[in-house]
Parts: sequence; C-alpha cells; structure tokens
Amino acid sequence: MVTASAAAAAPLFLAAGEEHAPELAAGGFFAGGAWIMLVLPFAAFLGIVLFGKRMRKQGAELAVGAMGVNLLWASVLFVQNMLGGIHREVNLTIADIGRLGGVDLSFELGFVVDGLSIMMYWVVAFVGFLVFVYAVGYMEGDVRVPWFFASLSLFAGSMLVLVGAPNLIQLIIGWEGVGLASYLLIGHYWEQKENSDAAVKAFLTNKVADVGLILGAILIGVSLGGFRFSDLSRAAAEHSHALEGVAFAGGLLLFLGAMGKSAQFPLHVWLPDAMAGPTPVSALMHAATMVTAGIYLMARTFPLYQNLAAEARQWMIPIAVITLFVLGFLALTANDLKQVLAYSTVSQLGYMMAAVAAGGYTAGLFHLFTHAFFKALLFLGAGSVIHAVHSNNMSDMGGLRRKMPVTFWTFVVGSLALAGVIPLAGFWSKDEILATLSHEGYTAFMWVAVAGAFVTAFYMTRAVALTFFGTYKGHGHPHESPRMMTGPLVALAVPTVIAGFFNIPGVSWGPIGNFTEWVGARVVTMGDYHPSAIEWDLAAYGLAAALAGIALGWWLFSPEAETQAARDRLEIPVLYPLLRRKYYIDHLYMHGVVNPIKGPLARGVDWVNGHVIDAAVNGVGLLTAWLGRLVYGRLDQQGIDLVLNAAAGGAGGAGGRLRLLQSGKVQQYAGGFVVGALVLVAVLVIVT
Amino acid sequence: MILTQFLVLGAVLFSLGIYGLLSRRNAVTVLLAVELMLAAVNINLVAFEAFWNTPAAHGQIFAIFVITIAAAEVGIGLAIILLVFRNRASGNVDELDLLKW
Repeated sequence: MVTASAAAAAPLFLAAGEEHAPELAAGGFFAGGAWIMLVLPFAAFLGIVLFGKRMRKQGAELAVGAMGVNLLWASVLFVQNMLGGIHREVNLTIADIGRLGGVDLSFELGFVVDGLSIMMYWVVAFVGFLVFVYAVGYMEGDVRVPWFFASLSLFAGSMLVLVGAPNLIQLIIGWEGVGLASYLLIGHYWEQKENSDAAVKAFLTNKVADVGLILGAILIGVSLGGFRFSDLSRAAAEHSHALEGVAFAGGLLLFLGAMGKSAQFPLHVWLPDAMAGPTPVSALMHAATMVTAGIYLMARTFPLYQNLAAEARQWMIPIAVITLFVLGFLALTANDLKQVLAYSTVSQLGYMMAAVAAGGYTAGLFHLFTHAFFKALLFLGAGSVIHAVHSNNMSDMGGLRRKMPVTFWTFVVGSLALAGVIPLAGFWSKDEILATLSHEGYTAFMWVAVAGAFVTAFYMTRAVALTFFGTYKGHGHPHESPRMMTGPLVALAVPTVIAGFFNIPGVSWGPIGNFTEWVGARVVTMGDYHPSAIEWDLAAYGLAAALAGIALGWWLFSPEAETQAARDRLEIPVLYPLLRRKYYIDHLYMHGVVNPIKGPLARGVDWVNGHVIDAAVNGVGLLTAWLGRLVYGRLDQQGIDLVLNAAAGGAGGAGGRLRLLQSGKVQQYAGGFVVGALVLVAVLVIVT
Repeated sequence: MILTQFLVLGAVLFSLGIYGLLSRRNAVTVLLAVELMLAAVNINLVAFEAFWNTPAAHGQIFAIFVITIAAAEVGIGLAIILLVFRNRASGNVDELDLLKW
C-alpha cells in the first residue's frame, strides 16, 4: 500500500550563515508585545464571568472587544511578516522541574512570533472575531449567554496560547485548555443528555490522544535537554545524536496527540458529535481552532519528521489518507446539515495531515489557511439556516435560496471552494497537496486524494441541493438572518475567493511575496517542496474530479422528492447501511471499549471495592473503635484520671487547712516575722 | 569609747518595741512601739558611726533618713487609725481582720 520509500527529503538549513537562510527582523513593538494577544481573551473570560450578567450585551462586548484588539494586533504582524520575515522568541523561566534523565529541565512560558505562529494568530483572530460577532446575533435570547461568551473567550485564548507556545509544555497547557473549553461549549445545552454525552465523548477521545502528546513531549524533552521548539528544530537540522534514538517513537507519540485534536481516523469519532454545541462553536472549532491544533503541532515539529523520523511518516500518511477518503463518505448519508460539514472537516483535516506527513509543510498549512475561511463560512451559513428553520435536518429545509439570498450565495461560494473549483481558495490549496503527494512519490495516495475531491464535491452539492433548492419542507416562515449574522458571512466570503491567489505556484506578489514565504519565516527553513509552476495535469485531475462530483450530485439530488428515503437514492446494498452506521466504529468503541469498562470491569472494581477495600476500611474502623474503648476505659478513666483526681483532692485539702493561717490579724503576722527573723539569726550564729 | 552600752540600750529598746507591737491592742500604742524599734535602730547607727569615726558620717545621715520616714509613717498611720475609728468606733488592732482570706 505504501508506494514510496522515504522520499529524498530536501535538507534543512540553519539560519546562521547557511545557504537559503532567511534574514529575519525582530519585528519591533508589535512582535515584542504579542503576549497581549495571548492574555487578552483570558482577561475577557474573567471579566465576563465576574460582571457579564450585569452588562447590556451580557458580556459579549468584552469577548468581541478582546478579539477585535487581537485581530488588529495580528493583522499588523501579518502585514509586517508579508513585507519581511519576523522572528522573535521570548522565554520566561517559571520554575525548575529538576533533573530528569541526566539533564536539568525547566518550565518556561513565553511566546514565539514567526511565520507559522503569525499565520495562526491571524487566522484564529480573524475567524474568531467574525464568529464572535455572529454569535452575538445567533445567541440572542439563548440560555447562559455570559457563560457561553466566557467559554468562547477561553477557547480562543487557549488556542492562542497553544499556537504562541515556544515550547512543548506551554503547548500542552494551551492544548488542554482548548480541550476543556471545547468540553464546556459542546455541552452548552447540557439539559439534553445527548449533548453532555457528546461533550464527554469529545473530552475522553482527546484524552486518549493526549497521552501520546504528553509522553512524546517528555521523551523528546528529556532526550533533548529542553522543551523548546527552536532547540528541537536545530537539533533535527543538525541530525543531533540526542534525537536520533527517540525520533521515531517521539514522532509517532506526538502524531498520536495530533490525531486526537485533528480528528484523524480512528480517533475522529468525537468530531461529528461535537455538533451538539451551538453553531458558532462548531464554526470556530472546525475552522480556526481545536482541529487545526494537531496540524499546527505537526508543522511546528516538522523538522523532526523531515530529517529524523522519516519512518514515522510511513504510518502517518496512510492514516491521513484513510481519514480524507473513507470518512468523507460518511457525509453522504448524513441528514443533519452540520454533520455533513463535520465529516467534510474530518476529510479536509486528512488532506492537511497527508500533506504535512508527506513533507509538504507549506501545502498543509496553506490548506489549513484556506480551509479556515471557507469552513467557517459554511458553518456560519449552516447556522444561519438552522436559525431560520429551527432544525438541523436537511429534511426540514429546501427551497431556501429565495428566502435567504445572502446565506445562499455565500454558502454556494464556500461549497465551491471546498469542492476545489477554480479559482476559489480550495482549488489552489488542494492542488498544492496533490502536487506534494505526487512529487514525494506517493502516487497512489495522490489518486486517492483526487477521488476524495470527487466525494467532497458530491456531498457538498447534495447539501446545497437539499437545503436551498426544491420546495420548503419545514414549518413556519424562514427569513434572512439579521445583519449581525450575514455580515460575517460576507466578510468570510472575501478570503474564500481570494486567499488561494496568494500561493499560486511560481507567482509572487511584489513586495508582499506569497504564502510560502510568509510561513517560511522561521529560524530553521523547512526545505519542503514547492512547485515552481502550476502543474496543469494535476490541476486538471483535481478540477475534473470536483466538477464530476458536482454534476453527479446535481443530477441525483436536485429533482424533487417527497421522502428522505427517496432522496437518498444511492442505496448501494452493502455500502449504504455501512455508512448510515458510520462504519460501526462507534459500535466498536461502545462494545469493545466503553461497555467492557462500564460492565465487567466496573463490576469487578465494584466487587473489589465492596469486599476488599471496604472490608479493610471496616476492619481498621473496628480496630480503632476497640482501641478507643480500651484507652478510654482503662488508661483514661482508671489511670490518668486517678492521678489527676488525687492531685486535685490533695491540693483542695491542703488549701482548706492552710487557709486557716490567714487570720487577718496583723499582730499574728508580725509575730510570724519576728519568729522567722529569730530563726534566721539563730542559723546565722550557728553557722558562723 | 565603749560600744557595748549603746548596743545593749538599742537591743533593750528594740525588744520593748517588739513586745509592744505584738501585745498591745490599741493601734496608737502599736505605732508607738514601732517608733521605739526605729529609735533603737537609730541608736545603733549613730553608735557605730561614732565608734568607727568614719569621715563621711554615714550613720548620722542614715539616722536622719530613718527619722524622716518614721515621721511620715506616723502621719499616714495616725490618719488610717483615725478613719478606721470613725467607721467602726474602735481602734483595736485585733478587731481589724479585713486582710483575712
């Protein structure tokens, strides 16, 4: 199945005095103050939690304001980085961890400002800001609005801490913060059991993967003597002996962590269920934050895979390709509009991961970049529709294109971009992934990715046809959403159209250069493959697959049909039930993992608890009680008390007798003095 | 100079004072007895001073201090006795047992 041996990876270069090394500026005031972006959302979180209920917009103004400042800040950095690469890294030692494996480790916090993190700052801030604005309209009159915006701020803030992390420890802190915030947001409507179940599922699935991340971080940190990414990159570029031994294991463990957050097969199961949260959460989670964290981690530690852990790639690429192809099919049978988008996210994450794993640093990040825009657009569009028809199900929609023109047009633009139709953003980034796979020798996988593009186009056409065409099947009278919600849709449609132009192979836009140069602004250049000109044959394959998918989807789903069964007319005997049940993966986990834990294992633990631990505890209790009685009856009552009573009685009796001496008569006292003085004199005389 | 006769006089006076202090019931008499004891001490001080013939006359200075304090003491003592007599119509020491437990 693996077609290529480890492709000849292009070498990495160090900044200091080597060939191709970028010349990087420190970035001035905005780069030095980038920590503000990491802190602001947390300040907003605290402010909303404390004062949100008393505010006019229930704290939303704080969240939107913080994100607005972040967007401005990130935009300045983004433009600076376009005009000339920036690199700035600040580390503060917070505490010493101590000696581990013969090296002194310390816990550091800080921030890093380079091409990769600036791109992530900007994407998170841009999509985050628009989603926050949209959420103000979407959540109006909903339950627990202050807490929603507080959690949303926490979510964005954790993501910024994650992408700003200069070391693995801080990355883990942000990583877990994102996990926590996603748990809170997915379970926002916790009154319904399914929603809180979905939140728990997301949290636990991510936890499984986090074990890999944490072990990988420890392994690499200990063998390297530090957790900094810059050290990791340098060591990898120098083929350091410290890393050679652990590169494969460490690389796979980090990849396991990335599999959880970025929903790679078979840890993708949490993501479709995460639709239980409010739609703005889905948009933020699936576009700019959370799911991109895994891709980001792979990009951040890219030199490790590029130079040392090439064997790990042989495991990573098949997983990514399975994710992009096999899981994309699941979107075909989903009735819930958000589920369709969720599976498409999983599939697109597969593309990104395949690109990064195959050695396409820029290709993967570019797809992350463009995907953030059109996926946020699609989710917010879906939210707009759901807001109007009060249902997630496409069987309750249809014919909405006249009633919601803005939502319709922006959704179509987003779908075409996702399908990969020229000249929208998705076409260029997908094309670059195909080019990378092809160049690195993974030809078979390249063809699977082309087939994946066909599936993508097919299910997106189905979603558009069922939602916006035909006749309306729901209840009530849907109408266009308020400007607060359509504004972000239009704002996201702009980069959805134009973002792709910034990385057309071989094209550089004057002073601002292109995306490859933006994310290449790092201490260690990545040395990944960039096509120098458009490879028209690959572009043609991708485009043909997309157009074929659209045509098939339109042919099958645009005609009117009464029932859901009639609409899903592609009922291929074996495949259809398989897809409806999501390849039985949920069943497998339920019966293979969860139930054994809940059933026999839990009963066994309960028995041990009831019969062994409780017996021991009871035994200790009984022993203690017996000992207590012994101490009380014998020692206390008959021993200590006796002595004390005797002492007290003696003192009382002596006092009673001695008090008689106190007659109050001065002359008796004086007599006492005289007798005493005489005795002293007598003693003196006798002694001398 | 013969020291002995002064010391004997002092001892006799002191003993008389102690006897008076312990045996008399009238508070004024008790005070008088105290004065006798102080006088005996004064005699001793002056006698020793004269016997050793010290240049700084320590003994006489001490005697003057004792006389001064004795005068003050008698003043306060008589005032107390007067007040006690007014309150209880009695000046007897053995009836004054207010110091009793």
